[in-house]
Amino acid sequence: MSSAVFSTSAAQGRPFVFEDEDAAVCPKPLQPSGAELFGEARLPQRVIGTNFAGAETFKDSRLANVTPASRLGVRPAPEMVSSGIAAMDALTRGLPRGCLTEICGPVSSGRTTLLLSALAAATRRGEFCAVVDASDALDPHSVTAAGIDLDRLLWVRCGESLPLTENRHAEKSLEQLLRATDLLLESGGFGLIALDLGDLPPQAARRIPLTTWFRFRRAVEHTPTVLLTLERQSIAGSCSSLLIKLASQAHLRKQTIDSQTPVPTHVQLLTGLEITAEIVRSRMDRKPVSSAEITFVSKTAWAG
Amino acid sequence: MPFACIFVPNFPVAAIFRAEPELRAHAVAIFEGAPPLEKIFSVNESAARLGISPGMTKAQAELCSELTLRPRSLLQESAAHAALLDCAQSFSPCVEDAAADTAILDLAGMECLFGTLPEIAGNLLHCAAELGLDGNVAVASNPDAAVLAARGFPGVTVIPSGKEAECLGPLPVEVLCAGQSEEEQKTEPPKATQFLETLDRWGVRNLHALAALPEVALSERLGHEGLRWQQLARGSASRTLVPVEAPAIFEESIELEFPIVLLEPLAFLLNSLLDKICARLAARALNTQEIRLTLELEKFSSFHQQSGINNQQFSSPLAIGNRKSEISSIRFQRTLRLPLPMLDPKLFLKLLQLDLNAHPPGAPILKIHLAAEPARPRSSQGGLFLPPSPEPEKMELTLARIARLVGDSRVGSLELLDTHRAEGFRMRRFVAASQTGSKKISGEENSTLAALRMFRPPLRANVTLENGELARVACTKRKEVNGSVLWKAGPWRSSGDWWEREAWARDEWDIALQNTDDVALYRLVHDLLGGGWFVEGAYD
Repeated sequence: MSSAVFSTSAAQGRPFVFEDEDAAVCPKPLQPSGAELFGEARLPQRVIGTNFAGAETFKDSRLANVTPASRLGVRPAPEMVSSGIAAMDALTRGLPRGCLTEICGPVSSGRTTLLLSALAAATRRGEFCAVVDASDALDPHSVTAAGIDLDRLLWVRCGESLPLTENRHAEKSLEQLLRATDLLLESGGFGLIALDLGDLPPQAARRIPLTTWFRFRRAVEHTPTVLLTLERQSIAGSCSSLLIKLASQAHLRKQTIDSQTPVPTHVQLLTGLEITAEIVRSRMDRKPVSSAEITFVSKTAWAG
Repeated sequence: MPFACIFVPNFPVAAIFRAEPELRAHAVAIFEGAPPLEKIFSVNESAARLGISPGMTKAQAELCSELTLRPRSLLQESAAHAALLDCAQSFSPCVEDAAADTAILDLAGMECLFGTLPEIAGNLLHCAAELGLDGNVAVASNPDAAVLAARGFPGVTVIPSGKEAECLGPLPVEVLCAGQSEEEQKTEPPKATQFLETLDRWGVRNLHALAALPEVALSERLGHEGLRWQQLARGSASRTLVPVEAPAIFEESIELEFPIVLLEPLAFLLNSLLDKICARLAARALNTQEIRLTLELEKFSSFHQQSGINNQQFSSPLAIGNRKSEISSIRFQRTLRLPLPMLDPKLFLKLLQLDLNAHPPGAPILKIHLAAEPARPRSSQGGLFLPPSPEPEKMELTLARIARLVGDSRVGSLELLDTHRAEGFRMRRFVAASQTGSKKISGEENSTLAALRMFRPPLRANVTLENGELARVACTKRKEVNGSVLWKAGPWRSSGDWWEREAWARDEWDIALQNTDDVALYRLVHDLLGGGWFVEGAYD
């Protein structure tokens, strides 16, 4: 079987499969023709000689095999799974399996909230999940409060117990993260693998070569695994099928940030985050993505 | 009632062949005894053709350049004997341990399970070969006839019921005393030898001639034992089997002539040991959940003087081991514990290699001992509609490789501890076993809870207070955690473990910091015992 030939449309930003792949899949007729039996049919028409007319014939025969763009087949859409947040599912139709999804945003933008919701939804479906944590930032109490089945979550804590501001620690942590991700993707069987680069400085995260993201994308393709990355800025480029940008505003009780009236601090409470999500890039839809936004509120465990 | 017998000829040589299969094509002689009085104890056919025979001195045998000499190894013989019993046990629960080289098994009722008697005999021979033993298998209607046939005829022999005397007839009478134990052979003068000499004087050379002798006359001359020999020769001796339960001990050892100093040749030896142990476990339909590797090492002082060893691989001190001053070797032990019962020698080898890379023995290896703790195979029902889960064997190897990257204690599952301490959790082994029952989780579906991202270790902060209230927070380690406090909630005080040395007491604040670009929410902690301020994490 010939390998699939992909073409990425710049206008529509999604891969296509040429129809000749479908032809290759079709089984050959069981009864060969008489000419075929005698070895007369399907002989390659070689061009012998270098005259101009012969070269044109050869070129024409090559062009005849190329499928016109109007007849290109559409690659089947990936299966979407719930992210655990209804508003987010309404925006993105969920997280795509077999694809790379990027979640980016600054500190306190709700990235980890979205990650934990996705992990909780995956473990509720009975899937095994893995978090490869570049900065050892996962909070076990938040994980438990989010409703994640701890038996189904593998946590890989990369880096040493040292702050990652120093470049060499970030490099070491990044190297561990990439190798651990390679191993997990090779192992297979996970419903969701999350790469947490949320605390890495963007300049350190951008050192990951684009070929690595291509490799990850190829490794996760045709598998039921959702590959998720958390970062401050988008770093995977065109390798990611879905890029979500988050921003948030603190949701406070009894007091707003801008208020100047003195209120005792012990009567105030952080009740949650008001998160705004925007799809920056999506290769799921045929149409180019228009700027779509939603807002949802996450609450703290003690907010009731 | 049919019985089968597995007999391994030249058992000491067969035990050596099992440990070193590459010697099968060579002429091999086994010697025993204290130097310089070593004598040849057993030889294979190739060595016999070269004129080597048991009883020769080692010095005489060494004159033959094509001969390979090996000392007798009781360790290998006991392992080979255990493998022989495992082979028999894999076909029948009723097995008699007749001798070190002979096992008899009751085949009553086995035909409906394993096929006809010739098929069973063929499978027995095949199973023994898989366990590294080249033997003979015979099936007869009584145990003694099966033993005589197995000792006398090579390969597979099936004697139809009622034709024992006819089939056993051509065998020489020496086959009757071939199964004597070493203690019997050492009695002075051996009774069997006397009988054989007597029969030789009478011109009785084979069992057919012995069976044809008149019973009364034979009894008058050789007594009750003579009659028993005749019954054996006729194949009419009848006795009940004495079944033994083969102990579930799966151990293999190798004693090395020269110490090993690198991990690569060690891996080759471990591979062969694991193959043997796994073959034995498979024969008993068992898996293993724990593998213990014990290495006997040369003494550290002599090691440094004698060998220029690769210090990268053997640099760790001999921390694990029972040092005995009077013995010139020390022990190094590693235990491989698996989350689920498994039986994959390649996986075990990889795991042992990764473990030894992380914890090298530190000295040349003299002896390798490998033991497996048997466990029942896991049973799991697959389903078309079950979500995917990692293969346990593959996952175990992946986890070992990741543990090598990040450290043993930094990969696994979370387990919360019963404490309010900040880092009240521990890591435990991740087990990728499909759980059929869905577990009840406390979290609500589709409820979005704000999460905290931890800073490990917590960031020490310089806090500026104005009128006793938080005004500004600055962290030297992270420049983005720096700014004026826009909003604050707290303090919430907690303390614990005051009765222990690791007592803790702290005040927690939730703060909003105005950074250069935007507002970020952090958890600020004031350590009441230590007196410092720390930023513990960020709400995200």
